[in-house]
Amino acid sequence: MSRLPNLLRIKNNQSIDLGKIENLTYADFYALAIDLLKDDDKHCTNYFAYPYKDGLQFIMAIADDVHQDIIILSHILKGTDKQELKALTKENFALHIFEREIYENYGVYFTGHPWLKPLRFAHDRALKEIQINDYPFYKIKSEELHEVGVGPIHAGIIEPGHFRFICNGENVLHLEIQLGWQHRGIEKLILDKENLLQRTILAESIAGDTVIGHTLAFVQIMESLSNKKVDEQIHIERSLALELERIAIHIGDISALCVDAAYYLGANLFGVLRTPIINFLQLWSGNRFGKSLIRPGGTNYPFTDDLKQELWQILDNFEQKFEEIAYIVYRLPSIQNRFDFVGTVTKKQAKLIGTVGLSARMSDIKRDIRMTHPNIAYKKFPYETVTVKKGDVFARFLLKKKEIRHSIAWIRNVLSSFDFNSKKKQKPNYNLNFKANSLSISLVEGWRGEICHCALTNEDGNLQYYKIKDPSMHNWKALELSLRNVEISDFPINNKSYNLSYCGHDL
Amino acid sequence: MINEAKIIWQNGKQYIPDLKNVQLKAPFRGRPIITTAKVDEQALADLCPLGAIKTNPVSLDMGKCAFCGECALAFPEKIKFTQDYKIATNTRENLIIKEGDYKPVKIDKSKIRKSIKSIFNKSLKLRQVSAGGDNSCEMELSATGNPNFDIGRYGISFTASPRHADGIIVTGPISENMAGPLRIAYDAIPEPKIFVLCGIDAISGGIFADSKALDRSVLKNIKVDLYIPGNPSHPLTIINGILDLTRDKW
Repeated sequence: MSRLPNLLRIKNNQSIDLGKIENLTYADFYALAIDLLKDDDKHCTNYFAYPYKDGLQFIMAIADDVHQDIIILSHILKGTDKQELKALTKENFALHIFEREIYENYGVYFTGHPWLKPLRFAHDRALKEIQINDYPFYKIKSEELHEVGVGPIHAGIIEPGHFRFICNGENVLHLEIQLGWQHRGIEKLILDKENLLQRTILAESIAGDTVIGHTLAFVQIMESLSNKKVDEQIHIERSLALELERIAIHIGDISALCVDAAYYLGANLFGVLRTPIINFLQLWSGNRFGKSLIRPGGTNYPFTDDLKQELWQILDNFEQKFEEIAYIVYRLPSIQNRFDFVGTVTKKQAKLIGTVGLSARMSDIKRDIRMTHPNIAYKKFPYETVTVKKGDVFARFLLKKKEIRHSIAWIRNVLSSFDFNSKKKQKPNYNLNFKANSLSISLVEGWRGEICHCALTNEDGNLQYYKIKDPSMHNWKALELSLRNVEISDFPINNKSYNLSYCGHDL
Repeated sequence: MINEAKIIWQNGKQYIPDLKNVQLKAPFRGRPIITTAKVDEQALADLCPLGAIKTNPVSLDMGKCAFCGECALAFPEKIKFTQDYKIATNTRENLIIKEGDYKPVKIDKSKIRKSIKSIFNKSLKLRQVSAGGDNSCEMELSATGNPNFDIGRYGISFTASPRHADGIIVTGPISENMAGPLRIAYDAIPEPKIFVLCGIDAISGGIFADSKALDRSVLKNIKVDLYIPGNPSHPLTIINGILDLTRDKW
């Protein structure tokens, strides 16, 4: 490397002038990115390209967990240059998904990428030669092996995706997951719709099971780009909702896993426990998923004293019933027999593919945005993250239980020590003016893991690019690895133990 | 074993006995009502992020409405959301609430195909297809079968294959990439079959209506038997809609 530039670092939810971003040559960018990402405390949270003058500007956001900030790296590929770059994936596997996305959207070829295939078959992609039905699956030529194709429509009430297994008898040797069926063009729509309320509703629809997580990332960006200050209380209310969303989904997942292990007592009792939590969100915001609760600049639904009382009661009830049934289920030999040592992803593998959130913590990687890049709420009320070691289905099953406990403890801590003033009323503001030529990044630890939104404004202060990354982008690879040398009949428990997002990936 | 029995005993009955008369509390937003009060109609229509509100006279299309409630907050004297969750119906026009019309949403019995009530009134197996759905409607459809709502008590459930199904229930705005598979699934269902759109994304495209990544042409040649509004549809809306469509009494 010719010289080491001063690294540009920004905090979570901060915005900076685009002019401050230094564009490196690709060789320098390459060396620096690979060098930085060798460190275990850093990982790439987003890497994307957007149209810039006559070419493309590439921006990489590297989350530094020790300094608690985000390093921004950039390079430019002019339209007149050869649309070809050396693949970073060769040296850092976790970046494979980002390079595939850039390849598909802009036609930039990455030499040495092990499988440069389309990612989501976006409607506005450059790479139109391959249609969704002609996806080039990995193949093994053999008389003994057979392939099993599942989807896009699955057997349950679940989103579409195509899974292609290569099996030796009952044993899965390889699984490849092809997504894109859910693509709705959401990033483009966020730019097209100029009304901030419309954009907020779009953010709520990125993934309907992560309404709070994605909308929180969205409003944090909007407030950051417009220097809008929001009361501390509103920040805390939003994070309360985020933890409730986590509890509701985790308990639903635990219930679904009990179904697949044919333990219906657990399935029903855990299933019933999800209801009071989402009904509380309905009592608070009018919607069981918390749609309409998170709004830029304020809220229409303040957290009143009545709601606080109600939540205390719900949690007391919930916890007692939860612990009672969990005590039985988590010790049950039939459950352990089904989940133990199935679908293991080792710590080494997890690091290699760059998993985030629950999928990282199941393999003993302490990766949690609430802890490493806290927003105002988690700065005031720190969250201590929890990990498990084994990386198998049981580890994920166990981790969900532990996270529910931690979330309840966090909520209790907030309810007992924060003085909610329901007379304070900061209303939403849909007329925010953005700073010109700025970049803003928001990281949120949703229930699946790290959600990353990036926005760029142009010289008129309008949004010129919006990039969404759901944690599923990283974590689908973990499900593929989990299935190696696992019986194909164990696919459902593996799939449910991750519960990854199709629409969050397909956008 | 004793512990398990104790827990079952303590949990008692979890199901809601009467699904027709559950009292939901505000701010839950069900069927809207529009008063005849005079307001700036254009400002009201412009406010709606989904273009569901039309002026002169004021009307609100529940097939487009995201139930965000912004209109009722800005014009409380003009629009109110009641807690009436029985808003599913079988014609597109019935989803449009007009000024001064406070009547509940009804299913137009004259428009129900004859085979529906005679064949599906005791048992109905549906195949669910998510075509760009955001997984909230899907989760609410799953919830209809949980121990609280327990749609299974009416002989209604979701099948693993279209070959086993009496009909199809679609969620999502129908992405271009899913239009083909949706059509294949529909064709695979034996006649007679019913076709249900669940959630505003499926009914009108919702917030995605303008997206170029959709292909809703598959709807052109299919008769829709039931529209279930909501963002997502509430399980009570789904259950009441399906049962009102297929049975005279339940």
